[in-house]
Amino acid sequence: MSLTATIAAATIKAGDEFHAPSAGIFDLPSIADSGITKSMVLVTFSAVLILGFMIASSRKASVVPGRLQFAGEMVYGFVRNTIAREAIGSEKFMKFVPFLFSLFLFIIVNNYYGIIPLVQLPSFGRIGYIVPLAALAWLVFIGAGIKKHGFFGFLKHATVPHGVPSWILVLLVPLEFLSNIIVRPFTLTLRLFGNMFAGHLLLALFAGGGAFLLQDGNIVHGGVGILAFVMGIAVSFLELIVMFLQAYVFTLLAAMYIGEAIADEH
Amino acid sequence: MTGSLNLIGLGLSAIGPGVAIGLIFAALIGGIARQPEAAGTLFGRAILGFVLAEALFIITLAIAFVLK
Repeated sequence: MSLTATIAAATIKAGDEFHAPSAGIFDLPSIADSGITKSMVLVTFSAVLILGFMIASSRKASVVPGRLQFAGEMVYGFVRNTIAREAIGSEKFMKFVPFLFSLFLFIIVNNYYGIIPLVQLPSFGRIGYIVPLAALAWLVFIGAGIKKHGFFGFLKHATVPHGVPSWILVLLVPLEFLSNIIVRPFTLTLRLFGNMFAGHLLLALFAGGGAFLLQDGNIVHGGVGILAFVMGIAVSFLELIVMFLQAYVFTLLAAMYIGEAIADEH
Repeated sequence: MTGSLNLIGLGLSAIGPGVAIGLIFAALIGGIARQPEAAGTLFGRAILGFVLAEALFIITLAIAFVLK
């Protein structure tokens, strides 16, 4: 209700009009004309941050874990037990845990940039940063499948469902090929991108709209502006969940694709 | 009044996944209420369904911004 009120109030004004934030808010100017943008710095920093955290939490590893070691082990245990072991199966999952663990940490740190004060730019709001991750996940699950079944064996494993009459296969095999091999990296990319992009846009809309209404001079508009800020805070908490969920989902899907690719024939 | 019809399509495309996500989590809550010890397994499955339903909207969102 407050959203409609905000938009209505924002469009009433005739003079200097309110411009809703668009996709342009991700196009930040490069730092000192060097061609390096804020997102690049953030992505690089995330790698340093993760590396530093993992080294610090595992350097003085002991049987009775310290606080930092416990935190590191908790994240690792979460990825290993609830994602990798559940999705791949308890026999072969250990080989893929390092990949999934790095994937999860990298995505979650880059997502949480979106709500850390003063940073407030999810680097995965630019689709170019996600494409390599999805391509990597695609290569890993295709590679694991080909290693297990051989090239044609994997194609058959991935596209020919069991217990289906042969005349339906003509229809089903191209569909399965499309959905299991072609579309997967695209949906992986678009899901993470869409969530980060839309979430950042939403926060920018509430913050920008609220600021505009507060500066408006009209007392009623000012009240709606405060309401917009409150909504913005509420959406921030929602984003807190969404950002974790998207990192979890990306890793879970990568793990499930791997598990499916290396599953035994029935 | 100006604007893009894309956004109406975007709103329409949110209906399906919205209903679907509601049904998925309703079923999850029902399942956990019946069998609390299966919560972990059920949650993983529910998230999978949620993700597949959500993908429809996310793809539309991307297309709405791409096609002008």
